[in-house]
Amino acid sequence: MTAPAPIAMLAELTYRCPLSCPYCSNPVQMAAQDSELDTADWARVFREAAEMGVLQLHLSGGEPASRRDLTDLVSAARKAGLYTNLITSGIGLTEKRLTQLDDAGLDHVQLSLQGTNPEMADEIGGYRGGFARKLQVAEWIGKIGFPLTLNAVLHRRNLHQLPRALEMAQEMGARRIEVATVQFHGWALKNRAALMPTREQAKEANQIVTQARKRLKGRLVIDYVPADYHEDFPKRCMGGWGTTGLNVTPDGQVLPCHAAQSIPHLTFDRVQDKSLNEIWYNGAAFNAYRGTDWMQEPCRSCDRKTIDFGGCRCQAMAVIGDPAATDPVCIKSPHHESLQTQASAFSAQDDAPLIYREAPQKSSDPIN
Amino acid sequence: MLTTDIPILPRGVRLHHDKVRGTWVLLAPERAITLDAVGHAILNEVDGTRSFGEITGALAERYSAPVDEIRTDSSGFLDALRSRRFLDVSE
Ligand code: SF4
Ligand code: SF4
Repeated sequence: MTAPAPIAMLAELTYRCPLSCPYCSNPVQMAAQDSELDTADWARVFREAAEMGVLQLHLSGGEPASRRDLTDLVSAARKAGLYTNLITSGIGLTEKRLTQLDDAGLDHVQLSLQGTNPEMADEIGGYRGGFARKLQVAEWIGKIGFPLTLNAVLHRRNLHQLPRALEMAQEMGARRIEVATVQFHGWALKNRAALMPTREQAKEANQIVTQARKRLKGRLVIDYVPADYHEDFPKRCMGGWGTTGLNVTPDGQVLPCHAAQSIPHLTFDRVQDKSLNEIWYNGAAFNAYRGTDWMQEPCRSCDRKTIDFGGCRCQAMAVIGDPAATDPVCIKSPHHESLQTQASAFSAQDDAPLIYREAPQKSSDPIN
Repeated sequence: MLTTDIPILPRGVRLHHDKVRGTWVLLAPERAITLDAVGHAILNEVDGTRSFGEITGALAERYSAPVDEIRTDSSGFLDALRSRRFLDVSE
């Protein structure tokens, strides 16, 4: 099959981050800080991306503000013709820096929310004073006039704060909020006992979102990622493997999704060795799960197979150990029941401690 | 959309020519919306000062097309953009 050109690219500029959220999507084994691509490499990758049809660029991390050259990277992205979105916790941004990002042409800011009060937010982010700082940054963002999306990451410990998060988005002047229940990849997989929402919480969140969408229509757009362990059909991950988006890691590996490194048999090309175009159309990892030929039963003969593409490959890997299996979230999967039982068991472990994400090392640091 | 409504593209929403796919798109937070000829013609005229009525009137004249048709064709499209917060309106 011929793949369509990608629309979006997630550039993970660095794994460094002042926060240490226990659900961080960064890999549990992180590349060392000094193997990060430099400014010129990224600028070239942005140009290659734009030339092959990428329209949307998401600058992410870790914390992208931890890169000193962030403003130059935004300039390079805009010069390449990309719509440029900054995904940030806010920590590391000053009013001066934001003004520079504005001058560089930054299109949009997506601010993450770990909780709606300092007690919750600073505990989850593992960073004291982070919440107060974030509010300050939100004020500067509003003053400059950047379009803002608030990204509330929810799990068992803070799902009760969803109504307040919706209010905060409006108070900050955000046009959009992403209500994202934690997806269990990366560090979150280690934290299923501490973070798994209860079935009741998941249901209640569905209701709150449905009502809020009606009430706030035309004022606040709500994009919602439900707690999928409690659902009956999987999500269409990445819009279909290798159809819509790609992800570049701090050290230049190109992934079909941010969790793809969890699939052991895949190998990833690097932007230092090949063009993005070559990697997207011919890279082994991109072709591994494109289309439907790789599917097994029950997906193979299912009429939803081009709707959800069998769900998430990384979830099939994480839960069943087979990346070509039906996403265990699916009611047709033989593992569906056991997943739901596991989810209930995880969600009942009230005393489970948070396991915080660890920082990437320098390659000269001794490995302990 | 009323003929007296004045549409404006808010900051962070902009037209972009997609060379690879050979179309015009509207770029917005997390979205890229492919535009047809009418959609592009209208958004191209949106300047924050002229009303929906004036814009569609001028287009009807330029393309010698019936104005009512242009208005019905584009009003739903603009309303949909508005509900996604990709378009603001002042009266
Ligand atoms: S999830 Fe938390 S720790 Fe991970 S990059 Fe984002 S802010 Fe940093
Ligand atoms: S069987 Fe496969 S294709 Fe069908 S709904 Fe489940 S995950 Fe989707």
